[in-house]
Amino acid sequence: MTDMLKDFKQSILISIWFVFLTFPLMVVRVNTMNNVVEWRWMNLIWVAIGAFVLSYAWRYMLARKHAKMKVAEEGVRQQSKVQLLLEDMSFRYKAMGVLLIIALAFPQIFDTYQTTIMISALIYVVLGLGLNIGVGLAGLLDLGYVAFFGVGAYSYALLNHHFDFGFWMTLPIGGLLGCLFGVLLGFPILRLRGDYLAIVTLGFIMIFKTVMENWSELSFGPSGIANIDRPGLFGIDMNLDASTIYIYYIMVAMVVFTILVTMRLRNSRIGRAWIALREDEIACVAMGIDMARTKLSAYALGAFWAGMVGVLFAAKTTFINPASFTFMESAIILSIVVLGGMGSILGVILGAFILILLPEYMRAFSEYRMLAFGAAMVLMMIFRPQGIISNIRQKYEYKGLKEETENG
Amino acid sequence: MDYFLELFFGGLTRGSIYALIALGYTMVYGIIQLINFAHGEIYMIGAFVALIVAGVLTIYGFSGISILVIAGIIAVIYASAYGYTLEKIAYRPLRGAPRLSPLISAIGMSIFLQNYVLLAQTPDFLPFPRLIPDFAFMEPVAHIIGSPELVILVVTIATMVGLTVLIKYTRIGKAMRATQQDMSMARLVGVNVDRIISLTFVIGSALAAIGGVLVASYMGQVNFYIGFLAGVKAFTAAVLGGIGSIPGAVLGGLVLGWTESFAAGYVSSDYEDVLAFGLLVLILILRPSGILGKARKQKV
Repeated sequence: MTDMLKDFKQSILISIWFVFLTFPLMVVRVNTMNNVVEWRWMNLIWVAIGAFVLSYAWRYMLARKHAKMKVAEEGVRQQSKVQLLLEDMSFRYKAMGVLLIIALAFPQIFDTYQTTIMISALIYVVLGLGLNIGVGLAGLLDLGYVAFFGVGAYSYALLNHHFDFGFWMTLPIGGLLGCLFGVLLGFPILRLRGDYLAIVTLGFIMIFKTVMENWSELSFGPSGIANIDRPGLFGIDMNLDASTIYIYYIMVAMVVFTILVTMRLRNSRIGRAWIALREDEIACVAMGIDMARTKLSAYALGAFWAGMVGVLFAAKTTFINPASFTFMESAIILSIVVLGGMGSILGVILGAFILILLPEYMRAFSEYRMLAFGAAMVLMMIFRPQGIISNIRQKYEYKGLKEETENG
Repeated sequence: MDYFLELFFGGLTRGSIYALIALGYTMVYGIIQLINFAHGEIYMIGAFVALIVAGVLTIYGFSGISILVIAGIIAVIYASAYGYTLEKIAYRPLRGAPRLSPLISAIGMSIFLQNYVLLAQTPDFLPFPRLIPDFAFMEPVAHIIGSPELVILVVTIATMVGLTVLIKYTRIGKAMRATQQDMSMARLVGVNVDRIISLTFVIGSALAAIGGVLVASYMGQVNFYIGFLAGVKAFTAAVLGGIGSIPGAVLGGLVLGWTESFAAGYVSSDYEDVLAFGLLVLILILRPSGILGKARKQKV
């Protein structure tokens, strides 16, 4: 009883605190032009109720987290049903098959508008998976990821504009250019610790954007480049619908390719080195892993994917300008990775679909999108750092013995 | 010569503001080794609160520098409250978590606060009333240094002297220094470490708010996005001087301010905002510990 009273009192206090905190920004709105003050008292009540309810939720979640940590300390390994299901290989293959069929049938069932939305979701899937190599596997917090995306997009736009390069020819070029930039930028800075790296890479986007805006001879400035060719298919003329569907299929192929490569990479020698590096740098170096090279390879590989998707993005929108490559884009990609689960391929895919499709279909809430992303990043870190779907560690079992006993 | 002096004082003004914000980064980093990404947003909130208070006061008939003082004080109180709450919500539950976690949480908080102000107020630039009058005694040198610049310099210097006294000569300052040197040891000798961390956030936020109010009244406009660039530049200043070092933050701020001012004055202002990043990358490659910082050895 006293506990309940204590909780209640605390929640009331928190509620009052937040009312105080949000008062000037939520309630008062000044128009200095017309000298009018607008008082929005209703907001105050919403804040009070919201803070009261949320404080209860917060306490509950914290208590649950502590309880879980205790259980984990006692050594009981808990796995949810979903987790167990995901580890079942035969289920995974079946699910993948079904998903692939759905993905292939999608543009036949839905109209062009839906397909366009799906394309952008798939673009973010590949971007998320690419960033996941750096952030999720190697633990390099890269806030400038979108700069490489921009490098790819601009390389296609410029090569197409000046030299009439086709989409298929530029696709690998864009990837390689992204990769090259990744190596060039990554080389000097990858010695830095995680938080420095974050802020320097943040600088890259700002530099990229400013250079693209000011160096008009190269990039046509803030007005951007228009009339970029869509991808061609052996010279066949396509109308808008057909080419959207075509791009969609290219994108699906790219997603499958990315998934295959990242999956194989994760279990390779270098993938293990990345994960080890993320867990403990010093121990890793002591074990003889070349830190600079390993980090650089993660960074450059991520940039490669960003570059390739950039080419596709330019081909899809047929118009690009520097405003498409801002920190906010990077933040969205990062929240996809964080929300989905750092290091988990399935999680990142799911995260991309949730974060891109949800605001798309809930237009009423789309202005709250970034607010929710920010809050979600904080909450995820506190209550579920492993993301929606945590990374599944590969386990190897010795099967030989079992067969023998069955036979004999 | 006059042009040079004008640029010199322009850089000094700009640099002292960077220094004010950089102090918050450097103090927090010194204690918990975290880049408080949301620090720039605290600065922005400080400026915004000041704008709102100043707007309301103007409409209700106050005038002149008294508004600036009242608005400044309220802004400082609010920014401190935001800083305190920020630490409690986004960083405290993550103490002891892997390094990446609080950093991501900080980035999330920064995005959240930006959009909170965007939604609660407006996405547009709001004009900030001109509150600093032209002093008569500044007339002869007005073409080199204006009255607003003078006010900014005086306030900044006073704040920094106050901060130095606080850290060097008071009990709280001693506890802060102890926590910075060794957190667990400080706890053993009876320092309430949690409270010191909260206090560091409060002081850092207050300094940022002072910077915010000064910049807003100097530039004459505010929007939800100003914290981002200012935050990154101030962080550059902190790293430039050597992160974790308080005199370093001031020095770094001034060097950055002058670099920007002279580059914009003599070369071109197109790439002004990028200069800080170029400088940052350069320092981190050549001398990651900064001008005044000591290279910390990592113990295992």
